[in-house]
Amino acid sequence: MALPIFNPVDDPGPDFNSLLRKSGTPAIHQPETALTVRHATTVVALRFAEGIVMAGDRRATEGYSIAHRAMDKVFPADRWSAVAIAGAAGPAVEMVRLFQVQLEHYEKVEGISLSLEGKANQLAQMVRQHLPMAMQGLAVVPLFAGYDVRRQIGRIYTYDVTGGHYEEADFQATGSGGRDARTTIKLGFKEGLTRTEAIELAIEALFEAADEDVGTGGPDLVRGIYPLVAVVDAEGYAEVEGAQVADRFLALIERKRAERGGRDTRRGEPG
Amino acid sequence: MSMPFYVAPEQVMKDRAEYAQKGIARGRSLVATTYEHGILIVAENPSRSLHKISEIYDRIAFGGVGKYNEYDQLRVAGVRHADTKGFAFSREDVDARSLANLYAQYLGTVFTHEMKPLEVEILVAELSDDARPDQLYHIGYDGTITDEEHFAVLGGDAETITERVGDSWQADWDLATALSAAVGALAGPDRALGAGDLEVAVLSRQNGRRAFRRIGNGELAELLPEAPAVPEPEAPAAPDDTEPEEQS
Repeated sequence: MALPIFNPVDDPGPDFNSLLRKSGTPAIHQPETALTVRHATTVVALRFAEGIVMAGDRRATEGYSIAHRAMDKVFPADRWSAVAIAGAAGPAVEMVRLFQVQLEHYEKVEGISLSLEGKANQLAQMVRQHLPMAMQGLAVVPLFAGYDVRRQIGRIYTYDVTGGHYEEADFQATGSGGRDARTTIKLGFKEGLTRTEAIELAIEALFEAADEDVGTGGPDLVRGIYPLVAVVDAEGYAEVEGAQVADRFLALIERKRAERGGRDTRRGEPG
Repeated sequence: MSMPFYVAPEQVMKDRAEYAQKGIARGRSLVATTYEHGILIVAENPSRSLHKISEIYDRIAFGGVGKYNEYDQLRVAGVRHADTKGFAFSREDVDARSLANLYAQYLGTVFTHEMKPLEVEILVAELSDDARPDQLYHIGYDGTITDEEHFAVLGGDAETITERVGDSWQADWDLATALSAAVGALAGPDRALGAGDLEVAVLSRQNGRRAFRRIGNGELAELLPEAPAVPEPEAPAAPDDTEPEEQS
């Protein structure tokens, strides 16, 4: 690899993607035909008093079979923001990797971080560049949320396949189980949730989504695989410990069982 | 029509070297040393925003002295090289040695082929991990590359400063001791440098993935033994804080 020195007129600036293009290694390749690829997800993000909570299930499917049981769909984008992905797993993970490098690259070249709005716009451009692949069935729909250091609030952005991005007031969920997750959050959301309440609401939303959607994985008690939950607040990005998430899921399951009065659902045996 | 005069290649090289040395000598110097948690880099730099020390990658830092626009261009090229390489392969495949070699080749090429050599000296520092030890590469304006063992000094007055650092250098010294020795060496016997005259950063094993951290003015003032211009009424508490005085 040669030292990438450019003339001032065609210098790519702090844009990592255009640097990759100029140095002849484009980041996004276009496939010739649509293939069976890993899909399906539920990822949620919601705002609480001091920041945001983001969570995602761990299942990847290929057609009707489960391709992977412990996939990460929630990633730190940088210290102050998180990105979650829904859609075709391969290009989605690659997009996240590019996005992470882009944010850090900008910060190092320019000596200062992008604003949260700037980061959200960057991601929108990546989604837009991906549109030709989305047309072939490889859609990637990220969810972006972070802590706005200047305004000291948590903010959430959603995307569509065309790169349109919209700031959400309180919460959003995307992926095949997004609708069910969203309904759950909508019923439980109130202004000024605490961190713990927000984590619990996110966990419940994922549970309900997994209950209704084949593409969304629930808690896997046999293997000990639980959805990934992350919090971004004034302290930065932090993943909630696996053991803590497991405990909350188990408590939720116990509560649900108790609410049913211990009754089993069997055909022909009402009550 | 006038014929160009013949100038011996030795003379050309000598002139260029002299030109570059003069340019570098106009700027202030920089000291890098290993310490207990990693690598400390201290530069004399009154500017808060035009940095001499910067982050290149997770465990790699850059230091430059001489002409700002020239070493800053090299810094950006280094960030680009490292990010591209880390993206194409893996983060652990990015190493200081290959980057230092690229810098050396570039500086060497410019020195021999261009009208004007770059008036810079640069440092590429890499924090050790399981596979590689701490590394300090010092690259001169002509592409000369040196792998320094414990500490590196860049700048016009490097020889005297090297002597001063060499006299006080200890393996695994703590941050405050290393910092005051480095500041003392940069200042020399006749001057005193305060937090406002310095730019300090560390590559520390305590910082997680991105080891680079700038030490801001406030923290720096706490770490330095005392503000030299305005002495505090209380006597300094720690006995090893007296390093600069011993040298003066």
